[in-house]
Amino acid sequence: MNFDKKEFQDLLDSIHFIYGYDFTDYSEASLRRRVEHFMTSRKMDDLTYLGRTLAKDERLFAEFVLEMSVTVTTMFRDPAFYKSIRENVTKRLATYPFIKIWIAGCATGQEVYSLAILLEEEGLLNRSIIYATDINQKSLQIAKEGVYSIDGLKEYTLNYQKAGGTKSFSEYYKAKYNHVMFDKSLKQNIVFSPHNLAVDQSFNEFQLIICRNVLIYFKQSLQNKVFDLFYDSLCPFGFLGLGNKESLLFSDKKKHFEDIDKREKIFMKKKISS
Amino acid sequence: MNKKKKYGAIVIGVSAGGLTALSFIFKKLPADFSIPIIVIQHRNTSQRDLLEEILQEKCKLKLKQADEKEKIKEGTIYIGPPDYHLLIESDHTFSLSSDARVKYSRPSIDVLFESASYVYQDRLVGIILTGANNDGSDGIKRIAKNGGMTIAQNPEDAEFPPMPEAAIATGSVRKILSLAEIQKCLLKINQE
Repeated sequence: MNFDKKEFQDLLDSIHFIYGYDFTDYSEASLRRRVEHFMTSRKMDDLTYLGRTLAKDERLFAEFVLEMSVTVTTMFRDPAFYKSIRENVTKRLATYPFIKIWIAGCATGQEVYSLAILLEEEGLLNRSIIYATDINQKSLQIAKEGVYSIDGLKEYTLNYQKAGGTKSFSEYYKAKYNHVMFDKSLKQNIVFSPHNLAVDQSFNEFQLIICRNVLIYFKQSLQNKVFDLFYDSLCPFGFLGLGNKESLLFSDKKKHFEDIDKREKIFMKKKISS
Repeated sequence: MNKKKKYGAIVIGVSAGGLTALSFIFKKLPADFSIPIIVIQHRNTSQRDLLEEILQEKCKLKLKQADEKEKIKEGTIYIGPPDYHLLIESDHTFSLSSDARVKYSRPSIDVLFESASYVYQDRLVGIILTGANNDGSDGIKRIAKNGGMTIAQNPEDAEFPPMPEAAIATGSVRKILSLAEIQKCLLKINQE
C-alpha cells in the first residue's frame, strides 16, 4: 500500500481529536507499517475508509490501539545488559533498605521476570518492588500471567546463562503441555499496571528505571519528554537502563547523567543538577 | 549543490553468503561514490559490530552501523543493526523497530525495502543478493511498483540461490546480474 502523506496525517489527527490518542509523536515508518498490517488483516485498502470506520466503531478502535502499541521481547534480551546490571548496579541497590524499580514499557513481561530472577539471585528481591507498566493492556495481561510458549525456552535458558545466572534456569518455571509458567514467588513483588509514557506523569521515585526498545518508536520531541519524566522519577544516583541502540545522546538531560556502562546503555543520575 | 542524481539511495538485502558478496562489491567502489548504500544482512545477534569492522577494512567508503535517528549521508554505507528492523523516515533519517520477525527475520529486508520505497519512490535501487530464504521478495515488488530500479544476483553466480530466485519469481526484477556486473552497474548508476 502506498499511503498518501496527507491522508495518513489526517487519520492520525482525527484519531487524536475523537479518542484523545496522540500517535503523531510516534516514528512514522513503523506506525505506517503497523497501520498497513492492520488494514491488510481486515481486508481494507483505503485510509479514508479506515479513518471513518475507526471514528464510528469503538471496538475496532480498541483493537487498533492494541495493534499500534504491541512490542515483542524475550527473557534476558541482550544478556550482556543483565550481566552488567548484576555487576555494576545491584551492589549499589543493595545499600538501600527498600528498592523501587520501574520497568517502563514492559511488553509481555519476559524482561520483568528476568530482572526478578536476577534480584532473587543477588538476595534483593524480597526488599524490592518492581512496577512494570505498559500502554498495551493485552500485553500487560500476558505479563501478569507469566505464561509463555515453550518455543522460546531454549533461547531463554541460553540467555539466562550468558547473563551470569547462578542456578539452573529450570528452577524458575514449570513446563506444562506447550507452555512454561514462571514461579509465583517471582511475582510477589511485582506490580503490573497500565501507563502511557506519552501522557501520564511520574508516580513514584525509583532507584532504577529500565525502559528498553520503547523510545525507538518515538520521535525526538516525545523522547525528550520521556527522558525528562525519567529524570524526575529517579532519586539522586538512581540508574537508567536503555535498549542497546538507544542513547541519551540527543537528550537535553544528557549532562545530568553519567555513563555506568556505555556499551550496555546504563546511566546514573548525577546528584546535583546544574 | 550538484545536479540531483537520478537515484537517492541504494538498498541491498543479503543473507547466507553475504560477507563474501558484500566484500566483493564494496572493495571496488571508489572513495567518491556518493549515493548512500543501506544494507540488511541477516546476522547473529551476539556479534554486535563485528560485521562492520570486517567490511570497513575492505572498502574505501565510510561504513557504519545505522543508528536510530541518524541522518542518511552521501558517501556512506550503512548496515542494519542485529535484532532490530531498520526503517527510513520521510526526513531521510533511520528509525529502528523491535516488532515481530518478518519471514523469520529481524532485521527484515522487506521492512527496509518497503519503507525506503515509500520515501525514495522511483529514486531507489533495490538489490537482492545471495541467501537461503525468501526475504526481500515483497520489498522488491514494492520498489518495482513505485518505479525504482530492481536487481537480483544471478542465481548461478550466488553462493545461496534461493533468495535471488524468490525475488526473480515475483516478476518484479529488472536486471539479473553477476556480482561483477552489479559492481559495474553501481558505478554507472553513480554517474547518472
